[in-house]
Amino acid sequence: MHATEALTEADRLMTLCNSCRYCEGICAVFPAMEMRRTFNDADLNYLANLCHSCGACYVDCQFSPPHEFDINVPRTLARVRADSYAAYAWPGALSGLFARNGLTLSIVLALSVAGFIYSLGTSPLFTQPQAGAGAFYRIMPHNVMALVFGIAFLYAVLAIVLGARKFWRETKTTGVAVAAGGLWQAIRDAGSLRYLDGGGAGCTNAEDAPKDMRKHYHHATFYGFLLCFAATCIATAYHYLLGREAPYPWYDAPVLLGTLGGIGLVVGPLGLLIAKAQRAPDLKVERQLGMDAGFTLMLLLTAATGLLLLVLRQTALLNPLLALHLGVVFALFVTLPYSKFVHGIYRFAALVRYAQERRAELH
Amino acid sequence: MVDLSKTYDVLVIGGGNAALCAAISARREGASVLVLEAAPKFYRGGNTRHTRNMRCAHDAATDTLTGPYSEEELWTDLLRVTEGHTNEDLARHMIHESKEMLVWIAEQGVRFQPSLGGTLSLGRTNSFFLGGGRAMLNALYKTAESLGIDILYEAPVVDLDIDGATFRAATAEIAGRRNIVRAAALVAACGGFEANIDWLKEYWGPPAENFLIRGTRYNQGSVLKMLTIRGVEQIGDPTQCHAVAIDARAPKYDGGIITRLDCVVFGIVVNKEGKRFYDEGEDVWPKRYAIWGRLVAAQPDQIAYIIFDAPSLKMFMPSCFPAIQAPTLDELAGKFSLDAATLKNTVAEFNAAVRPGTFDHTILDDCRTEDLTPPKSHWARRIETPPFYGYPVRPGITFTYLGTRVNKQARMMMADGREAANMFAAGEIMSGNVLGRGYAAGIGMTIGSVFGRIAGREAARNARN
Repeated sequence: MHATEALTEADRLMTLCNSCRYCEGICAVFPAMEMRRTFNDADLNYLANLCHSCGACYVDCQFSPPHEFDINVPRTLARVRADSYAAYAWPGALSGLFARNGLTLSIVLALSVAGFIYSLGTSPLFTQPQAGAGAFYRIMPHNVMALVFGIAFLYAVLAIVLGARKFWRETKTTGVAVAAGGLWQAIRDAGSLRYLDGGGAGCTNAEDAPKDMRKHYHHATFYGFLLCFAATCIATAYHYLLGREAPYPWYDAPVLLGTLGGIGLVVGPLGLLIAKAQRAPDLKVERQLGMDAGFTLMLLLTAATGLLLLVLRQTALLNPLLALHLGVVFALFVTLPYSKFVHGIYRFAALVRYAQERRAELH
Repeated sequence: MVDLSKTYDVLVIGGGNAALCAAISARREGASVLVLEAAPKFYRGGNTRHTRNMRCAHDAATDTLTGPYSEEELWTDLLRVTEGHTNEDLARHMIHESKEMLVWIAEQGVRFQPSLGGTLSLGRTNSFFLGGGRAMLNALYKTAESLGIDILYEAPVVDLDIDGATFRAATAEIAGRRNIVRAAALVAACGGFEANIDWLKEYWGPPAENFLIRGTRYNQGSVLKMLTIRGVEQIGDPTQCHAVAIDARAPKYDGGIITRLDCVVFGIVVNKEGKRFYDEGEDVWPKRYAIWGRLVAAQPDQIAYIIFDAPSLKMFMPSCFPAIQAPTLDELAGKFSLDAATLKNTVAEFNAAVRPGTFDHTILDDCRTEDLTPPKSHWARRIETPPFYGYPVRPGITFTYLGTRVNKQARMMMADGREAANMFAAGEIMSGNVLGRGYAAGIGMTIGSVFGRIAGREAARNARN
């Protein structure tokens, strides 16, 4: 017996797929499936998170609908995956957030925080014009900013780590031998999105559709995110180690990296949102759209407000824009553990586990 | 929009590997090409949908093949599986051409992968399609469309206008209307008649009603019949088909690969009377895989039951339906509506006849029965450890051998000995020329690709002259 209908369906499909195995060259899901004969919830959650939803196995399958075997692996595993985020969420009491409309929640939170910060900035304490070195921190003192965001960030990290730990431990209970290591293999597989290319044939959306661009958009998003993260880290180091206060000139590392990352974080999420809208109907999971789109849109808003801030920081719009940007970043941080963001964490963990299973199999 | 009022250079009937190779090859020769596929788009491609690899000769290992497979070796394998029921001249020609096929088919967008897991034994000889036969078809259709080949689905050909040895036109039924389609040359690449139960009954009688068809319901053989009636020479034994024992719970059509059962060698097989009827351990399974369809077809009601016990459950590839399980043979018999006393007696006699030996299912081991009829020559182990398991099986028809005679140009031969003026055939509809009996994994796709490519090329040249 399985916990959900999606898991029951995934069990049915994996049992059928395991007696066919024609897709074993496409990605990691099918070789991992072949190491098993029966599938409990942990197995299925692991396989679901290993799936990158490239769609190749659906259009390649001789038993996909309208065939009576009705095999749709990408969609079924997407449902299981979405459920698994809630199942592993920490604290469990907040797992319901995944099912709510994440987008509305994130935006309301972002606007509330932005409004709060803006009201601080317009209070009599801070009425002088805001420009020049340290201008940002007359709107919100740096230490307050660092404290508030540090707490939000640490909470997000803690919640994500605890969720990932639960997932990681469960994947070890499936009875398949594992070897140590696999981290470097998983970093390469995740960093290149190795399994988002249909085994080399390219991603498949609809059978006759043009080449799927999600891989490129995802790279822009992911590496854009990393660049922005690097920009933030360098700026923090400047502030505390070198005593150099923001804003920095355009040619300085935090601005250059942040700008580059910001552009990636605008182009990537926009592309992903468009790709999602154009996804073949058979491969779409309707109820997941809110949560997916919510996270993607928050990334987009973070980057867009950040870039606007860069361009308009010498104008009177600085105050409201900074407040908005900080509000969005805050909302992004605290919702991270309950947003689509966690897909990266669980998928990476699944890739490490897969690498370990492969190593054990080869020895 | 497809303009059916124009005269095409080449009309291809069919929609599988052979048809698409013919269409692409004709188009690359400059011909205008129309493909008429009887099936709806999802079911396009006939048996190609369910294939996985092709067997081509090659001189050296490649990225996806572990070693060389010479023309001579492929010929020897073909001679062995057909027991000589082949045309050496034609077969050797095909084998020679197959070497180029690995490159040519990849140029048409088909991707290969190394063989993995359960198929390692074919890793040297057979090239596996990444994603299987439907992925291969998708690639060929995409290429065909990009080359400007017209393709119509749900367009069965219901009549052929053949004047002596010359094809004039075909009548296709499209959206309930009959359309005359004219072309300068014809390629028939539309398979056998394995899904035509009435036709099967001509040779098998009422038992054919109980056959399951492993491929789509669209393999009706109607064009094959029309060609024969219009004077094309037949080849291949009309009474023969490739039949294996598949799970009796499989759908009537298109159950494909996942309904197959590889566990005969691990147990015993009884008929509905609870009695054994053939040596389950005669030879290694791949060699005997294809006799069990025929054997079960000869049993009452065309049904049989593979019976084994707990130690064997995980020794074979899983299949789509779980084994029926019961704590005792009595209960297992009940689940299959078998007479419990007879089944228990059959198992007891078998168990008593099993001689001690060292079990190894990868070789012809020394576990056998003595003084038992029929014997079990290898892998005989007592069936005694509960729970007991069983699979109901029925004959599953893969393909038929009857076809049209062709020459090395894939040109049809008329019954009066003449060459057809402008008619060619490729794939299962002419496979009987080289594969008159038996089967070797992947050989059907080789026949389809090689003769498809030849037929398309020759048809295009024929149309131009």
